Amino acid sequence: MSGRAVEDLQAIADAIVAEAQPGEQIAAHLGRSSETDIRVRNQEIEHFVSAQSQSVSITVIVDGRTGASSAGAFDETSWREVLAEARENATFGTPDEFAGLAEPDGVAVVEQKLWDDDLAAFPTDKKIEIAKELERLVLAEDARIRIDDVNYSDGSTEEASATTLGIRSSSRSNSCYATVSVLVDDNGETQTGWAYALGDSPLVFDLPAAARKAAERATRLLGAVKPASKVTTVVLDPMVTAQFLGIIGSTLNGESVSKGRSIFADRIGEQVASPLVTLVDDPTDSRSYYARETDGDGLAARRNVLMENGVLKMFVHDAYSARRMNTKSTGNAGGCVALQLTPGTKTQEELIAGITEGVLIDSVQGLHSGVNPVSGDFSTGASGLMIRDGKTAEPVREFTIASTLQRMLLDVEAIGCDLDWLPMRATGVSLVISGVTMSGA
Amino acid sequence: MSIIDLSHEFDTSVLARVLDKGRSTGAGFSEIFVEDKRSMGAGLDDGKVEAVSSSRDSGAGIRVIHGDTTGFAYTSDLTEKGLMAAAEAAAAAAATGTGGAHKVSLQSMSRQKVNDVRIAPTSVPKARKVELLTIANDAARGVDASIVQVSAGYSDSTRRILVVNSDGVFATDEQVRTIFRVTAVANGDTGMQTGYDSLGHTIGFELFDEESVEELAERAARQAVTKLRARPAPSGALPVVIKRGSGGVLFHEACGHGLEADLVARGASVYANRVGQQVASPLVTLVDDGTMSREWGAIGIDDEGHKSQRNVLIENGILTDYMWDHIRSVQEGRRPSGNGRRQSYEHLPMVRMTNTFVLNGTEEPDDIIRATEKGVYVAKLGGGSVNTASGDFVFGMTEAYLIENGEITEPLREGNLIGNGPQVLADIDLLGNDFAMGNPGTCGKDGQGVPVGDGQPTLRVKSMTIGGTAA
Repeated sequence: MSGRAVEDLQAIADAIVAEAQPGEQIAAHLGRSSETDIRVRNQEIEHFVSAQSQSVSITVIVDGRTGASSAGAFDETSWREVLAEARENATFGTPDEFAGLAEPDGVAVVEQKLWDDDLAAFPTDKKIEIAKELERLVLAEDARIRIDDVNYSDGSTEEASATTLGIRSSSRSNSCYATVSVLVDDNGETQTGWAYALGDSPLVFDLPAAARKAAERATRLLGAVKPASKVTTVVLDPMVTAQFLGIIGSTLNGESVSKGRSIFADRIGEQVASPLVTLVDDPTDSRSYYARETDGDGLAARRNVLMENGVLKMFVHDAYSARRMNTKSTGNAGGCVALQLTPGTKTQEELIAGITEGVLIDSVQGLHSGVNPVSGDFSTGASGLMIRDGKTAEPVREFTIASTLQRMLLDVEAIGCDLDWLPMRATGVSLVISGVTMSGA
Repeated sequence: MSIIDLSHEFDTSVLARVLDKGRSTGAGFSEIFVEDKRSMGAGLDDGKVEAVSSSRDSGAGIRVIHGDTTGFAYTSDLTEKGLMAAAEAAAAAAATGTGGAHKVSLQSMSRQKVNDVRIAPTSVPKARKVELLTIANDAARGVDASIVQVSAGYSDSTRRILVVNSDGVFATDEQVRTIFRVTAVANGDTGMQTGYDSLGHTIGFELFDEESVEELAERAARQAVTKLRARPAPSGALPVVIKRGSGGVLFHEACGHGLEADLVARGASVYANRVGQQVASPLVTLVDDGTMSREWGAIGIDDEGHKSQRNVLIENGILTDYMWDHIRSVQEGRRPSGNGRRQSYEHLPMVRMTNTFVLNGTEEPDDIIRATEKGVYVAKLGGGSVNTASGDFVFGMTEAYLIENGEITEPLREGNLIGNGPQVLADIDLLGNDFAMGNPGTCGKDGQGVPVGDGQPTLRVKSMTIGGTAA
């Protein structure tokens, strides 16, 4: 359940939409949020942030021209100014026959649990205690560990939207997490590690697991060397896979496709990936971090199969790209938010056991600067562990791995069974990819 | 339209009362940061001007420091009632005991102009801004028949800030920025390639009297067309020559972040405890300068109310100083350096760079290329990132060529370069005499983005690892 309707915000959204003049489409979105952020160091509070903010954003479409405006306050004077600005902005666009808001499509909303009463009632002093406990736990993991930072954060958001085409929705949601980042020194070398604890409320945080993970990430890279350059097989750790899938998702976006910027345009029905690859985007799966009821256009979120046994099945659309490509919205305004690969049957350890020589990629650096989804070029900094004779061996760092997105999908050799519901737009899972160039010394 | 100094919109007695409220629970320091930001943007894609948008956001962040604890609250309610409520929340957050009354006396206001804005963007008709997009689109598409898609973006922002604190700081600034970006996609036998270029300065709409949008668009388009015949980049270690004005991000990542005093203080920098030591090739003198007129990271005052200044960080390879914010400079008993910045009133300030650059050397740029038998020439860098604790950093090359026998030859496909900060700084073996500032950038740290500039002359790094796929 998304909790109670947010009536005062819905009333303002309705009032804005009621201002529409003949021939005008209006969409209004109101938001009100609060956040708490606590950072602890040496068992003392380093900072404590507590704040509220609000926002209004309005889109106006007239004669195929779109204008938008937003502000950080939604009293009547403010929203009227924003509306006037959005109207004025709409006069400068190029008429676009496909411009327009989403038509309600009758797809039913799958309700999600977006609000947690335990979190809402959780007292401040206990939030502080969580951060302090996480600091104590991680320091107890290894005598060489120093704290980089330890944080507890939570937030809640109330929102409401309305459109002149009859879409109305309001919801409230809250979330929380704790993070820890550590430094480990040995022989004049410093390595870093981090981890987080997640859950609907702090009551279900697994702090010992987070402490262990952060310590393990940092210590296992100590003594890492720069590897020799070679073409090899990589095992992507679940978090790295999730980052990779996020990029693949962006290439399947209907807008990129319709504007000729996708490496997969015109390839529906073709084998674009290894037969092992079945990729879905399913924001109705409540295990996904970004599980949601509606997309950015206000249509119901839904399960979409993007690739099945390696065959490209569909692109994802919002109302605009769907109209351009003469198809229906897939409920993906805002892109893919809950990608997942159908898992295999082996654990990461079992996957590694089948590899004579390769490298386990623990983390990547510079995906934003070294991957081009339009050309497909993929190159990223990496660190991890060498794999020799089916076992992880010495740690390695300061190298890159490179291929192309197209080749990597075709070169998928195995998928693990270790689904990890990360706070990202894709679910993590161990992924084995061959033919990747490792560039080091 | 003239922009009114934010300080005229507040009664100093109200500000003083809010600062007192901030210290009502015993804190030694309180601060009000007020921000009023207007921005306007328009984008063109697929030949059409898409959503034209504008926004206005104003509010205040109240920071209270009590011992080692910082309390922070923000509000968009700028009335005395709203400010007092935020101050009370911040004070409660920082409270570890109850303190006495404090009286603040605000000194005379300080401001420093780093640039005159000739044409305020808010005074320019939106139609004129939108027209630039069409000009760019036509220019890029005119470069070559292989250009299949063009997107262009215009945006401007006018940010007025007011900073008042219990140490008596009372300062305002007005930061006007204007930026234009073009991305072109070319399609050829080997698939698609992209070209990108941008133009941005801390000035108003006069930017477009001084610089040509057509030329910018043509550069982006030519970059995409050239890359159609690019071959895979090499893998492994090679000498790398970086063109002037395109490689400042190398220093931003290789050492800039590591010289931020907050990271140094928590021991998360490879440059901690190294002041006075040789940390780079003797050729390198690195400066961070917020006063650098027009440049993307220029500010009159930082977001803690301190005047921006020119700070020499590395001189002839010797580490001379770090960059500082209020908290770290108080801890060290020194003056701040004008590097306390924040994304908005909703954020806490921290140590940030402004315009970071390497001064000229003596070599002719052509000689640097001629002196390189086999290597990579990087004409345009993309973004980068660094792990300051280990010093490992990456940056992307968006336009690069092979150097063979001292000459620039084939274009290369995109990829990342990876290196270790201290090692790369030591490996700079040739430095040109052709200094230029680079493209406008946004630096991200702890989830906050701030505008930064960078620059350098043409230079060579003896060896770096190139993340390509070719043997």
